[in-house]
Amino acid sequence: MLEIRNLHARVGDKPILRGISLTVNAGEVHAIMGPNGSGKSTLAGVLAGRAEFEVTAGEVLYKGRNLIELDPEERAREGLFLAFQYPVAIPGVNNAYFLKAALNAVRKHKGLAELDAMEFMTLMRQKARLLDMDASLLNRPVNEGFSGGEKKRNEIFQMAVLEPSLAILDETDSGLDIDALKVVAGGVNALRSPERAAIVVTHYQRLLNYIVPDFVHVLSDGRIVKSGGKQLALELEEKGYGWIEAEGAQLHAVKA
Amino acid sequence: MAVAEAIDLYTGRFDAFLKRRGSSDPAWLTTIRRNAFERFQALGFPTTRDEDWRFLPPGPIAEEAFEEAPAATLPRAAAAPHVVRQMRCTQMVFVNGRFSPALSGAGVLGSSGVLATSLGQALVSDPGLVDPYFTRCACYDRHAFVGLNTAFTEDGAFLYIPANVVVPEPVHILYLVAEGAPLVTHPRTIVVVGDNSQAKIIESYGGPDGQRYLTNAVTEIVVGENANVEHYRVQREGHHAYHVSSTHVFLERAAVFAQQAFTFGGAIVRNDVNASLGAEGIHCTLNGLYLANGTRMVGNLTAIDHAKPNCESHEIYKGMLDGQSRAVFNGKIFVRPQAQKTDAKQTNQVLLLSDDATINTKPQLEIFADDVKCTHGATVGQLDETALFYLRARGIGYSQARSMLVHAFASDIIDRVTIEPLRETLEETLLAELPKVAVIS
Repeated sequence: MLEIRNLHARVGDKPILRGISLTVNAGEVHAIMGPNGSGKSTLAGVLAGRAEFEVTAGEVLYKGRNLIELDPEERAREGLFLAFQYPVAIPGVNNAYFLKAALNAVRKHKGLAELDAMEFMTLMRQKARLLDMDASLLNRPVNEGFSGGEKKRNEIFQMAVLEPSLAILDETDSGLDIDALKVVAGGVNALRSPERAAIVVTHYQRLLNYIVPDFVHVLSDGRIVKSGGKQLALELEEKGYGWIEAEGAQLHAVKA
Repeated sequence: MAVAEAIDLYTGRFDAFLKRRGSSDPAWLTTIRRNAFERFQALGFPTTRDEDWRFLPPGPIAEEAFEEAPAATLPRAAAAPHVVRQMRCTQMVFVNGRFSPALSGAGVLGSSGVLATSLGQALVSDPGLVDPYFTRCACYDRHAFVGLNTAFTEDGAFLYIPANVVVPEPVHILYLVAEGAPLVTHPRTIVVVGDNSQAKIIESYGGPDGQRYLTNAVTEIVVGENANVEHYRVQREGHHAYHVSSTHVFLERAAVFAQQAFTFGGAIVRNDVNASLGAEGIHCTLNGLYLANGTRMVGNLTAIDHAKPNCESHEIYKGMLDGQSRAVFNGKIFVRPQAQKTDAKQTNQVLLLSDDATINTKPQLEIFADDVKCTHGATVGQLDETALFYLRARGIGYSQARSMLVHAFASDIIDRVTIEPLRETLEETLLAELPKVAVIS
């Protein structure tokens, strides 16, 4: 589904990603962990098409297409979804109206009929129940006045409505209490299927108790320095990132 | 044509005009016309040396002596786009500045004492009723365009609502211009709302696209004690038109007045709103929304004069500018020494949709009382890039995402319209105008 080869990216003059290679197949859940500033969110942003990140080398193939060439909306219509670390509040744009426009853009791209107001509301109610979301949030402006937890829940709610093939969760767990975390994880798990994949970017192991990954990768200084199974996350939780960073530094020293 | 030459031409026309009016004007009106024209001659057209015109001089408006608009008719179909659909109302339509009975229609006014007629008619049938209110609020001493209007106006709407009447349906006053040579109209609207009365009034302006003409409008509104007036100004002139307007409002004790002014059309637009809060307990709201693209210019100058204690004024103006358009906002708030416990709030927000659009925004608060609450804020910005990305990251295309954000910015003002058919019409107009403004860049 997704193949990242030797990806380099920078913000302004500052290189952030320095050679990332990663293959995500359909049906897999990959966790990306790492300390602050390791490039986790940059990777998520590059995949979603954030303009401030410039890809300087390498390539990304998504469903066989060159992802970097696609506009953000084309990526979304092709089934790529980014759950934002910091969801944006948009005063004046109604949540339900926004999501209907998004869903119909995706459906149109897939050659499906657009949903009418009734069909859409039925779908919204069904998905809102799944995420235990207060239905009144749907009629408020997008993320405006939402609490931190409500914003994150809204991200997963959008994901549940849009049913992406590849979901990228950028620190969706940060700042969530355990109940909200379970709900969010439940939303992600409900989407797991042999046709879909997910990349879960997180700082903490806690989320991975609820969304059990197939692979765990550790990012440090813009590179994947260690990959393993779900037990790697537990190891990190126990020992911290220090030993991996030390190992990574050694590795680079040897290479140099 | 030089400005002086234009003024000379107007002078020649004024003499002919007075002759033509002859005895159809009451004597007091002829005197006012002469005084007003003298003031116009003395003042001349404003220039960049006038502080209030510094950033938006009248330019071509002052360099041409526009012909007086001839009487004209307009087919119903041509007026239709400016009529608010499905709105039961009293409708007064003026074509080229003259009342058009054919396009007008009576609605429910709530009392036989209410007079909704043309100013021309009122001057014939009830000159004594017009006399106290003509130039009651609109001062031509310092404003050349008010002088010009006062000298030349022939017609307009005269709405007189006695005390204790709730006018159940809106009154729609619609000024339209027919196709023809560059010409000028001087519509004059006079609204008098008696004590404890209530009315919703819509004042609309429209004309052919692609034609140069000048609308020089003056509106005077007197709101009596404890009366409640909603005033909507819907300006949808052609995109080559010049529109100069001033609205002068006088509010009496505990009056509630709210104006929402929409500027969609015009190549050069200048709107002045002066509200005089001359008694206690008044609530005055002045809101506005304006759009401009290309090389169009829009100026909004508001002045709220708090003369007495315990009054509130609220003001939100929002503008959207694209292309090389230019806009000026100047919000004056005067709080006089007596006006303790004044609560005045002013906000001006501008969305610049291109690198070449310009806004000059100037809050001007002059406060001479010490126990007051006055706030003002001006923000000028571009579309929020993070919001744009957020929408696109959900599959919404660039241009649709852009329109959604621009629309969200504007809907804040449109949502305040309490007449539902009008709100829908404005919404449609906004959606039709947005693609011209928020073009894909």
